[in-house]
Amino acid sequence: MTNDTVVERKSERELVVTRTFNGPARLVFEAWARPELFQRWWVPKSSCVTMLSCEMDIRTGGTYRIVMSHPSAPQPMAFFGRYLEVTPHSRIVWTNDEGGEGGPVTTVTFEERGGQTLVTLRDLYPSKEALDAAIASGATSGFGEQFAQLAGLLVSLEGQPPG
Amino acid sequence: MVQYVTARLDASFAALSDATRRGVLEQLGRADASITDLAEKFHMTLTGMKKHVGVLEQAGLVTTQKVGRVRTCKLGLRRLEEETAWIEAYRQLWACRFDELDTIVEELKRQEKAGGRKKRR
Repeated sequence: MTNDTVVERKSERELVVTRTFNGPARLVFEAWARPELFQRWWVPKSSCVTMLSCEMDIRTGGTYRIVMSHPSAPQPMAFFGRYLEVTPHSRIVWTNDEGGEGGPVTTVTFEERGGQTLVTLRDLYPSKEALDAAIASGATSGFGEQFAQLAGLLVSLEGQPPG
Repeated sequence: MVQYVTARLDASFAALSDATRRGVLEQLGRADASITDLAEKFHMTLTGMKKHVGVLEQAGLVTTQKVGRVRTCKLGLRRLEEETAWIEAYRQLWACRFDELDTIVEELKRQEKAGGRKKRR
């Protein structure tokens, strides 16, 4: 049995991450849904990123806001969005709104089988261009999807007057 | 890989810290453009735009190619190996996160057992 993390670009605008956990879906879900637990794993220790605050109103229609800082970023960055769907122990769907229209919608599902749980996370971008831009920014490297979103955000700030 | 990623990240942040450069990336995400096009679009001098493009190029975000008298800019990571490297970095991030998550799930399992809760199926 392997617990490898696998990533695939499933389509022109979709990235999929999968991983199996040795525990029932309700516990894996709990680790996502309880902010005090979520904070402990979302920011890897090796990333130099600090989570400054984490507000999660985790229910369908609820919102979240996470503020993080990184030594090379001039100021803290906020990531926020809305939960489109929260179904306990099986599915969470949220928007990534800091990027304006370029941000992906993330769907994570929890499928329990024989005491293990398969977690599948999909980042669906609005267009091929949006995902390409996130990749082109390179800012995801090493510390995350959140920062890819930041890059996506920065790249997609449309109509901003050139400064 | 980690060093590559870190250096790359710093360069990316520096490059992305400027609104014009972010605008240029956004623009190139839609279509390739010449430096002259970009300078006009952003109401800048040719020299000013060349500098911005230079920073983006150094960060690997943009590549340029001169054909005749026109220098064309495009997003830098169209090449397959770059995308592969990016996806590998993305995978590493998730692997790190999920290893931590694994620890927490184990912890919850232990707590549940220690709490002597009845096992439910």
